[in-house]
Amino acid sequence: MSRNAQNDHLTRLEQTSIHVFREAFANFRSVCMPWSMGKDSNVLIWLARKAFCGKIPFPLLHIDTTYEFPEMYEFREKAKVIHGIDLIVRVNEDAIRRGIGYSTHDPVTVTHELKTVPFKAAIDEFKWDALVTGIRRDEDPTRAKERWFSPRSAEGNWDYKDQPPEFWGQFASTAPEGGHVRVQPLLEWTELDIWEYIRRENIPNPTLYFARNGKRFRSLGCHPITHPVDSPASNIDEVIEELKLTKTSERAGRAQDHVGRNSMQELRAKGFM
Amino acid sequence: MSTSLPSVEDHRKMHVVVVGHVDHGKSTFVGRLLNDTDSLPNGKIEQVRKNCAIEGMEFEYAFLLDALIEEQEQNITIDTTRIFFRTKKRAYAIIDAPGHKEFLKNMVTGAASASAALLLIDAKEGVMDQSRRHAFLLSLLGVKQLVVLVNKMDLVDHSESTYQKIVVEYSAFLKTLGLNAVHFIPIAAKHGENVVERAAKMPWWKGPTVTEALDNFAHEDDLTGLPLRLPVSDIYRFDHRRIIAGRVEAGAIRPGDELIFQPGGRRSTVRTFEDWPGPESRSVVGTGGSASVTLSEQIFVERGQVAAHPNNQPRVGREFRARIFWLGKEPLVPNKSYRLRLLTQNVEAVIAKIEKITDASTLESKEGSSVPRDSICEVIVRATRNIAFDLHSECPITGRFALEEGGRIHGGGIILDAVTQSSAPSGKVTATERNARAGHPPAVIWFTGLSGSGKSTIAEAVERRLFDASRNVIRVDGDDLRVSLNRDLGFSAADRSESVRRASAVAGLFAGTGHITLVTLIAPLAADRAKARAALANHAFIEVFVDAPLDVCESRDVKGLYAKARRGEIAEFTGISSPYEAPESPEVHIKTDKTSTEEAVDLVLGAIDKVLQGKCEDWEV
Repeated sequence: MSRNAQNDHLTRLEQTSIHVFREAFANFRSVCMPWSMGKDSNVLIWLARKAFCGKIPFPLLHIDTTYEFPEMYEFREKAKVIHGIDLIVRVNEDAIRRGIGYSTHDPVTVTHELKTVPFKAAIDEFKWDALVTGIRRDEDPTRAKERWFSPRSAEGNWDYKDQPPEFWGQFASTAPEGGHVRVQPLLEWTELDIWEYIRRENIPNPTLYFARNGKRFRSLGCHPITHPVDSPASNIDEVIEELKLTKTSERAGRAQDHVGRNSMQELRAKGFM
Repeated sequence: MSTSLPSVEDHRKMHVVVVGHVDHGKSTFVGRLLNDTDSLPNGKIEQVRKNCAIEGMEFEYAFLLDALIEEQEQNITIDTTRIFFRTKKRAYAIIDAPGHKEFLKNMVTGAASASAALLLIDAKEGVMDQSRRHAFLLSLLGVKQLVVLVNKMDLVDHSESTYQKIVVEYSAFLKTLGLNAVHFIPIAAKHGENVVERAAKMPWWKGPTVTEALDNFAHEDDLTGLPLRLPVSDIYRFDHRRIIAGRVEAGAIRPGDELIFQPGGRRSTVRTFEDWPGPESRSVVGTGGSASVTLSEQIFVERGQVAAHPNNQPRVGREFRARIFWLGKEPLVPNKSYRLRLLTQNVEAVIAKIEKITDASTLESKEGSSVPRDSICEVIVRATRNIAFDLHSECPITGRFALEEGGRIHGGGIILDAVTQSSAPSGKVTATERNARAGHPPAVIWFTGLSGSGKSTIAEAVERRLFDASRNVIRVDGDDLRVSLNRDLGFSAADRSESVRRASAVAGLFAGTGHITLVTLIAPLAADRAKARAALANHAFIEVFVDAPLDVCESRDVKGLYAKARRGEIAEFTGISSPYEAPESPEVHIKTDKTSTEEAVDLVLGAIDKVLQGKCEDWEV
């Protein structure tokens, strides 16, 4: 695993992501990075530290749905210290008081109330004009159409019919009035790239990704709607070998994606990541 | 699959763009390619078949890609889609670019990142407008590896003569662009013929299938052999280090290299690479690598400058001839202000002259006074100040640029020739011209704080640094004013207000001549400072609060004023017998009892850097 090989596939992805981070930080007034504590998010933290020579010069945001796996809360506190993270945590207390929850409501409603609503409220509160996200083009067909820098309106809407052109490393440099720009350094990465990079760089991650009793999580969300997949892969090498062979989609275990035919698109047009 | 190739895996993903006239079968082709290379997720095809059944539509391979509702309704692909697949040889990201005319910008977005292109032509319809237009754009975007797919061969009875007719006609056209198709492959995407599997119905075709042809493509040229071009993305001062951050766009850089930063021409030497996590850093950063450089000699460096080796520098100038593609809703017109973005440079520019407008379909040229959307043209671009660039033929990556208006990119182009300065402008000297000569816009830096807090010390050091970096800089000192312009004024509140008003008027005059103007004045009242800021609203304004506790200032007492005030010899002395209203949200807040002069100077210079790039942030230590 040569770290110096410039032509190495992972190094190329890494260097491009670093460039995207740096351009975002240079172009925007106020940057924030939402952090799900999942593997992509943790790779982002690592890349940000590389981009800024060790220190992340902007805050991270955790939208706590209160339905995270207990291990994730432990991981959050540990990672905060390891990476020296300036962390903002937000919960939609109002929705919880109103009794919004998975036992009584459908996943699309809960995701909207407990993720999207407090997310938008935090954007209004802190007036960030750039948000760094960990989305990848290989995750979902609607994400395949994303840009490195993707402007969102003040309402958080994504105008996927009229996206700005993006070429030669020149990105949309200005947020729409009252809106923000989504900065997406992992756009070209695949799930396999993420794991191979985590292995190469030894990036801390929750152990929920590794099999216990023949089941593991491939993607992490709220525990009532996130289901483990059958897998014997109990360590990172086995996960990578499994991914090289698999043809099941990564988000198969995420219930909110599969409610209606276009549920992912509906969620994303309303501001979901 | 690829039988002739050894099964050596290539770890670099190749980006391939798929283009062609609308309805010539791009999405169907890509869907089929994914299916036939076994690259679809489990259940995907069943899911799409089910959705089709629900909506009473016949299944088409194109639906695999057209994931957004609108596309399925209109039967066109609305945006570039990146789809991953792999052959035994390597992984690919296939960019499915739209063929519909109004979505040209998406085609540009897709094609600009591709190292190879597949262009589809419908065997039955033959060469159409967009078949020609897309090839022209590929040549403009610098995509050189091209395979033409003559699609829908099933609709022309797999006829070799129909295929040959298209080959002859289209080859001749490509030749006029300086393009050469590696292959013309006859395919029927709908039935998977010659996509991955060889077509039994076209025994006359002896050439490769599409995947065989793809596997024979080479990666885009490695630019490491070219001269170093390292555009500065940012300067980081998160700790004691001052790090020049940027991506090596061409060539390679090593510690010990002498660098020249253009425009500006100042030199320094690479001291270290600050690679995280360390402990060791790279010994060389080649093309595509991110560099984090510290310099041996501290010089003024800003975002946009390009670092090069002194023996092989980019050109520096304001004017060049370029070939442009224009995607803006409003036509491109001369003498209107646009933002010219070249690497990390972002400067105001105008189109000085439209030389010719080219019809992308016929390649015929005509004259015109404005360039409509989706056109190609040759123009003279004139920037308001010097930029560093190369000709596209010398170094493609520093020889191309984007044009932006209202924060949105509307066009791009490649630089054909440099133009030496033409006719002298006439009339009133404008601020833009002054800024162009200075190489930077003016700014007013207002240092406020108690007597003895360190305003002059810091301002003098800032002035020295800016002066040495060839900036136009001047200092307006409150003590100097008191014995000259303000000698009729005392220490009463009214006199203090008047002295602030006069100082801001003087600062305004200097800023008007293009100077970075450093004002050091106690200016104790917030209302007076707010008036000064408002009076100078035409210029970038940075308030620097030089903050030290009163006892610290008094213990310094360089001019013996505190002693006099304590003895009652000065009435209404700020901090002793008259209030000081500390700024609530200064752009820079320096606590001089905790911060060294050197650190303070870096903070102020950092804020000036930001402001000269049109932004200002709060800095606090």
